[in-house]
Amino acid sequence: MTELNLLPLVGIIVIIIGFAMRFNPLLVVSVAGLITGWAVGIDFISLIANFGEKFMNARQLASFLLILPVIALLERYGLQQRAKAWVASIKGATTARILSLYFVVRECSAALGLLSLAGQAQTVRPLLAPMAVGATANQYGDLPKEIKDLIGAHAAACDNVAVFFGEDIFIAFGAVLLMDAFLQENGIAGIEPLHIGLWAIPTAIAALIVHLFRLARLETHIRKAIAEHRQKASKNAAETADDSAQLREETV
Amino acid sequence: MTPVSHEQHASALLTIENIYLLIGFVVMFLVVKTLQDKQHPKRFTTALFWFLFGSVFVFGDASIALVGEQLTYLWVGVAVIIIALLAGLNLVSMGHYELPEEQAKQQDAERLGNKLFIPAVMIPMVTVICTLILGDIKLAGWHLFDQQHVTLSALTLACGLALLASWKITGGTPVRALSESRRLVDSIGWAAILPQMLAMLGGVFIVANTGTAIQELVTLFISPDNRFMLVALYCIGMALFTMVMGNAFAAFPVMTAGVALPFLIQGHGANPAALVAIGMYSGYCGTLMTPMAANFNIVPAALLDLKDKYQVIKVQIPTALTLLFINILLMYGVIF
Repeated sequence: MTELNLLPLVGIIVIIIGFAMRFNPLLVVSVAGLITGWAVGIDFISLIANFGEKFMNARQLASFLLILPVIALLERYGLQQRAKAWVASIKGATTARILSLYFVVRECSAALGLLSLAGQAQTVRPLLAPMAVGATANQYGDLPKEIKDLIGAHAAACDNVAVFFGEDIFIAFGAVLLMDAFLQENGIAGIEPLHIGLWAIPTAIAALIVHLFRLARLETHIRKAIAEHRQKASKNAAETADDSAQLREETV
Repeated sequence: MTPVSHEQHASALLTIENIYLLIGFVVMFLVVKTLQDKQHPKRFTTALFWFLFGSVFVFGDASIALVGEQLTYLWVGVAVIIIALLAGLNLVSMGHYELPEEQAKQQDAERLGNKLFIPAVMIPMVTVICTLILGDIKLAGWHLFDQQHVTLSALTLACGLALLASWKITGGTPVRALSESRRLVDSIGWAAILPQMLAMLGGVFIVANTGTAIQELVTLFISPDNRFMLVALYCIGMALFTMVMGNAFAAFPVMTAGVALPFLIQGHGANPAALVAIGMYSGYCGTLMTPMAANFNIVPAALLDLKDKYQVIKVQIPTALTLLFINILLMYGVIF
């Protein structure tokens, strides 16, 4: 047996410490890469070239930059305001209902392989988040930043959870093909991608139930958070009033 | 030139190289706009940050053709280090943007009505339709789309068409659209580059055999007779390793070859299809909980301008942990 070589793990420790200390993630990741390369004895020049090669080969990850000009222009002409107004005109539209409807549509379409039908840049920022925020604002008036952030984060989470747990049902998706290839490489025959896709269904249903249950409770959560915020705000206002009253007395 | 190589290269109108060039030009336009922004607190360093990033797209492929792969990868690697330093030293920031009053936007919104949604909805719709219908279409022997990157080509075409549509609907020109996008790109900031940085780190981990080290470490804690512990270790290991790598695909071969294959499939005769399907989903539970999955968790937080960059992750943790627990029980129940 070879003895345990833990040096390649030093990069993981750098990442955990770096994120915990809240250093800039770009810096943390680069330092983790440099230290890992150094720990296992890759020479510096080829390590830098390896950085460059991998960075270049991953350029398609930046393709969302092409979507932004369209979204930015539409926002300049009131897209988010329109989304809010549109939701306000629908009777019975609540944040939870909008997010739940989106979740179901997104998970089902992902299961059919329509992964690029939506996404964080295409749909969540310009449409889903403003609609979800708009529904609550419709009920309670102008919202504090923390409530808007909470709803926005839930909108982003809906997209992630729905697409992750829907996509593996679709048998032509990369993950399923990867699993199939792995089994074949390791000498396990007779498994079709279809079998793998079928076994993704129970977890996909569980994800649907768990997340819709959480969304159903979101409304109550938002109501409480708003009440708390108002209480705090009125308390602060009262304190400021007290302070200024005191100040006036002192000056008098 | 042989016909075969003709088929492989330059046989598409919208090649991946052209898409990279396009992204590069968009970024370079933002660099010029940043330099023109006299009220920008960190004008030059922010411009340098985006210039280096844009260079990889504008000059990358030309550089490979001119000076070869090795030299190109080297300067890109150096550029990446400088990018990380600029971000790490907090030299990249938001600039100054002229925004219309909320009231003016409200008026525009009322005037334009639901037509405003058309270009936004066009992007996903056109992408899907083009992927399905135009994927194999040829014009005079040329593929319309790069055959290796059909979805990305379709997305690019969809963005172009949506840009024209939004020009027609709002009256704002494409140049204006690009200028406006600086506000969005700046608010995303360094997070826009994180996914590529992580792909880079994944590459280094592979070269450094980090996976093997984890596998050896994990093997120390396994008692090969305890079925439930093996299942739990595989599922939790998939989630944890995915959190570190930011990608369940990277964690999957390591954890499956290290734990599932020898102990569960060969040792206990588990059903492979159910095992790998549920195992991969356990990895996805990890994806929901890690900043390393930047394009799912950190980029949206920036896109939505959340105060807490980790709030999307925090919202996802209860769902992720519940599903991980369900996956463990489900796997234990069905694979034996």
